[in-house]
Amino acid sequence: MTDNHISSLHIRSVPVLDQDEALDFYTTHLGFEVRDDIDMGFMRWLTVGVPGQDTSILLELVGGPQHDEDTAAQVRELVTKGALGGLFLISTDVHATYAALRDAGVEITQEPVTQPYGTDFGIRDPFGNQIRINQFNTASPDEVQEAYEGSTA
Amino acid sequence: MELSAREDTNRRMLRARDEMDRRYAEPLDVPTLAAIAHLSASQFGRVFKEVYGETPHRYLQRRRVERAMTLLRQTDRPITDVAWDVGFASLGTFSRTFSNIVGCSPSEFRAQHPPIAVPSCFIAAWTRPRTSATSPAGTVVSEKQEEVGAE
Repeated sequence: MTDNHISSLHIRSVPVLDQDEALDFYTTHLGFEVRDDIDMGFMRWLTVGVPGQDTSILLELVGGPQHDEDTAAQVRELVTKGALGGLFLISTDVHATYAALRDAGVEITQEPVTQPYGTDFGIRDPFGNQIRINQFNTASPDEVQEAYEGSTA
Repeated sequence: MELSAREDTNRRMLRARDEMDRRYAEPLDVPTLAAIAHLSASQFGRVFKEVYGETPHRYLQRRRVERAMTLLRQTDRPITDVAWDVGFASLGTFSRTFSNIVGCSPSEFRAQHPPIAVPSCFIAAWTRPRTSATSPAGTVVSEKQEEVGAE
């Protein structure tokens, strides 16, 4: 294996259409903390993350000079159609997370489902990005495989 | 958040599509879905097709057939039960729709596809059959109650 010295995933960009609204959603509903909120003049560098976790999410406004107007419009269109984005989060109590988000009026795309690997459910952020929240069970990969195959019995 | 008229339409259509994704096995009628999208029943089908390229009825059929494919692949449930589980009231309608979309019968599909182990949301999204241009778009959105959609 080539050693290219890469050691971790640091920041992942999520396309958003309004940074204030994104900030409110990701902190209020998902409990993310603000890592950076810097007005760089030409852009607002806004990153958030799960407390205690290294990886950050860049809440990146769609548009700006790197996209021409048509491209920006196309990206916005794809975001609002639900065709972009996608975060996978882990909860220590998936049913509690689900109840809190549902009660807060967050858009639920799927109620909690028991899977061979755990229990997960789906939501959307205000712009249409899909977010899955999962609680892994203690099953080993072999047991997960067995659960998939065992359901045929 | 400032959305253009088109983005706002997209967002509302996505909510209606999410409702189909969530409640695919239940009777769903066009007025209910149209209300989610804040449109009249008569506008809904046309606008949905503009945004997603197929009628709501066809999308729901593909969603149901995709679920059926998973149940056929991952479980031993009798095909009649699978048909009901995913929202079809009759085995005949299910088999016809399935064959039309997938290109083989439910039992042939089951025989050819052993279970696979990856997260089910990925199976759902990536194995959903694409719409077939050769099949006429129906008007019935709910199979179980035979409600007639307005398109």
